[in-house]
Amino acid sequence: MGHLIPPSIMPFVLPVLYAVVIVAVLPLLAGYIVLMERKVMADMQARLGPMRVGPHGLLQPIADAVKLLLKEDIIPDKADRLMFWFAPLVSVTMALLAYSALAIGPAFQIADLNIGLLFILAISSLGIYGIVLGGWASNSHYSLLGALRSAAQLVSYETAAGLGLISVLLLAGSLSMKDIVQAQLDQGVWFGFSVPFGFFIYLVGSIAETNRAPFDLPEAESELVAGYMTEYSGFRWSLYFLAEYANMIIVAGIATTLFLGGWLRPGARYHEHIPGTGIEWLDALPALLTLGVALYSLKLAPTQPVKIQKIVMVLVAVLCLGVACVLAGALFAPPAVMQGIHGAFWFMAKVFAYIYAFLWIRFTFPRYRFDQLMRLGWRFLIPLALVNVIGVGVAIVLRQQFAWGPIVSLIPTTLATLGVAMLLAKDDAPVAEAQTAAGE
Amino acid sequence: MGSGKFGNRERAVAPQDGYGRMSDERTTKTISGMDSVNTTVLGADEIILNMGPQHPSTHGVLRVKLKLDGERVAGSECIIGYLHRGVEKIAEHRSYQQFAPYVDRMDYVAAVSNGLGYCEAVEKLLGTEAPPRARVVRTILTELQRIASHLLWLGTHALDIGALTPVFYCFREREEILKIFEKYCGARLTTHAFRIGGLQYETYDGFEEDTKRFCNDFAHKIDEYETLLTENRIWVGRTKGVGILNAADAIALGVTGPVLRASGVKWDLRRAQPYAAYDQYEFDIPTRETGDTYDRYVVRMEEMRQSRRICLQAVENIPTGPIMARIGKVLKPPPGEVYHSIEAPKGELGYYIVSDGTTQPYRVRVRPPSFINLQAFDKMAKGALIADVVAIIGTIDIVLGEVDR
Amino acid sequence: MQRLKARFGDAIREASLDRKQAIVLIAVEQLREISRYCRDEEKFDMLVDLTAVDWPKREKRFDVVLNLYSFAKNERLRLKAHAGETEPAPSVCEIWPAANWMERECYDMFGIVFEGHPDLKRILLPDEWQGHPLRKDYDILKQDTDWVRENLGIESGQ
Repeated sequence: MGHLIPPSIMPFVLPVLYAVVIVAVLPLLAGYIVLMERKVMADMQARLGPMRVGPHGLLQPIADAVKLLLKEDIIPDKADRLMFWFAPLVSVTMALLAYSALAIGPAFQIADLNIGLLFILAISSLGIYGIVLGGWASNSHYSLLGALRSAAQLVSYETAAGLGLISVLLLAGSLSMKDIVQAQLDQGVWFGFSVPFGFFIYLVGSIAETNRAPFDLPEAESELVAGYMTEYSGFRWSLYFLAEYANMIIVAGIATTLFLGGWLRPGARYHEHIPGTGIEWLDALPALLTLGVALYSLKLAPTQPVKIQKIVMVLVAVLCLGVACVLAGALFAPPAVMQGIHGAFWFMAKVFAYIYAFLWIRFTFPRYRFDQLMRLGWRFLIPLALVNVIGVGVAIVLRQQFAWGPIVSLIPTTLATLGVAMLLAKDDAPVAEAQTAAGE
Repeated sequence: MGSGKFGNRERAVAPQDGYGRMSDERTTKTISGMDSVNTTVLGADEIILNMGPQHPSTHGVLRVKLKLDGERVAGSECIIGYLHRGVEKIAEHRSYQQFAPYVDRMDYVAAVSNGLGYCEAVEKLLGTEAPPRARVVRTILTELQRIASHLLWLGTHALDIGALTPVFYCFREREEILKIFEKYCGARLTTHAFRIGGLQYETYDGFEEDTKRFCNDFAHKIDEYETLLTENRIWVGRTKGVGILNAADAIALGVTGPVLRASGVKWDLRRAQPYAAYDQYEFDIPTRETGDTYDRYVVRMEEMRQSRRICLQAVENIPTGPIMARIGKVLKPPPGEVYHSIEAPKGELGYYIVSDGTTQPYRVRVRPPSFINLQAFDKMAKGALIADVVAIIGTIDIVLGEVDR
Repeated sequence: MQRLKARFGDAIREASLDRKQAIVLIAVEQLREISRYCRDEEKFDMLVDLTAVDWPKREKRFDVVLNLYSFAKNERLRLKAHAGETEPAPSVCEIWPAANWMERECYDMFGIVFEGHPDLKRILLPDEWQGHPLRKDYDILKQDTDWVRENLGIESGQ
């Protein structure tokens, strides 16, 4: 087939294919993250969550999408129609564009930019324009307040999160997503373990950047109704929604790449073979896990109340079985293919674990107030991040001058940052915040 | 099912009318009761934000006009009456017994307490008293209702502040109480559990066990809520120092109930002027000093524990005997008037009934605790942020059915 | 009560006990002075309730009723004053801020004008409402039939 395509466009074929896959799959993925969110929430809140559409609500995202598409599209009378129309597109375009530099596996990447990380950060911050414009164009107080909050929040937390990332860039010495993962393989430790505070700062910063609870002030339901989305409905609203969840995947992707070893499997440097075969047993883990899910679904199938639900449950089992076969088959494929497939598996697994942490935090904590949010950003996270960056710099000197190991050299840094964090936290007691707020 | 019954607390996703709009003429024209629009420190116009009557956190149809300097509240005005049904007028056209179910529809999350207040007021007017057994059963049900009402408050208050999970735990426990109500009188929400002169129904078999089981389980459940909230940094930050109301202001504004106790006034009608069977039981009156949102939270949490204590004491020893006093089928209280009040979950719930000697009350005035406590809102909200406004509305614990009657 | 009588003499028209509740009927002109005295000297520091009762056959048709409570003495006291349809009653807002909404409600429901109230307007009913519903001569049915006639163009069958 290769000879059918002229060599001049050959380099573009694969990236375009990946781009199409991402644009096609992402909305579905976002829908299923919503389902996952609702299920996790239900589990934590002692209830069942969606159960009606498909077995265990598995078809709920599709039903939701259809509903949103069919809804009446309302544009308020006094809104700025052009901007109102344009704003959600900005948000969603920027969110999707950022995927182009994200490396989902050693083989799955649209473009391996040498400034990959910078590109992602720059593009995903542009998404805020969609929120600000949308909030302004709606011509509603709630929307405007939500948009303003969002802008202020993004500026503050982007700074902190960026400083958190710098510690990793110092260690990896590159902005390219591939090189950062390679650096983690070479040093034998995921950066999340060597600079835990960088990871912590990025975790908090990324929650705030994506407007998730407890930093969901721009759309704070109980205060601003729905914030910048108040006047949006139907498909436009779902574009914002898509952008939000796409952004969640992006920040999770960045965190995975930078702090959790990207597509590397746990213990990537250790090779223990399953006796009697040439296969490393940790490499067999993905196949075994999906096989487990398949068997569990099969077991559940007969207990489904409706016939169609039984059928769908069996389909789910077959799908999982298929994935398990692919993952198992990859073990016997050439190393490049195997790494590509398994890399994607591990990457997605880590991304979902990170998103799970997001959800867990969301359902546990109450919402910050706006002044408290700002105080946390500027007076706690940013100083902490600066100390952390300086500490990492010192650690690198230690490593180069005295040949300390990659983990040992960072222990003093971590301890010093911990000390500073405790000092800052003490200073930042909530009582003091409240009194200043009430005094005015 | 739930949303229908608790429609007032339902959370709408978006406002159904244009009240949030900037250039809406209705909002910009009617700024009565507040100073005219000023410019702020930054030189920008102050904006008028119209919260409600369709808003997720105004607990129904409360409408608050906020004058904002940025996010800070420079002035506020509550606009109420969207749920006004003319209960006091209806009373003048019904017989004493016929009016009893109507009182349940005022504070519909604490219907049992409303019924108790009304029945006791009419009994006082008749110069009679419910028999001891009826009074003890009334006490138990009213205390269970207090727990249920506080649970609903806790859940929605936490939800307003952004904690999504406690509300479901609270509803889980509230459900157990409602089941007891349902088994007792067949209704869960607007129960009409009591009759003038006593009770209509004997307690069902297993009433004592159900109550005991609930009370014993509930002790751990309160601890569970407390682990989620009490020492949570964000929760403390969001509630401490917010909406401070000192004791002198609270008394001057006629504020009663947990709000008053959180301001440091140790006053509870169950102790000060005992009714039903409260004089027989031991319980503490929790108070706090500062009178901020956090204190009101702590006071209500402790009140639930005390209610549980009263229930356990009462259920151990329910006297036997008749459940209905000897009163006629047709009630004709002698002319005169009576004011009787009880400690409802929200504060002092009073009934002022004037009789002209006929079968229908000449005038029934309800002293609704939510209505009068809500008056303190303007004072508490001044200088707060928008986020505090919802916390303050939540902490006053209003029910619009009672505010508007 | 004795002290009240000694202090204000003629302004105290009648003092009685009904079902163990102290009720004092006072002259409406002196309402503010007596209220202040009750609050400051007799320690009735909380205004529990302020309401009205309509007696249309009487010359001064309204009773303004104030329910007071004293934390110090754990006692209640009811002040009553007769007010006419046209003459305003003095407002007690400055004595007990709690009276603000309650007086508005009385104005709304009975049409009693409270002199000195900071912002006397309707509270529960819409601003453009006609009439005062808790007056005895306010007919609920008439309101219904009027509405039906005006909005549906038919005669109501009620």
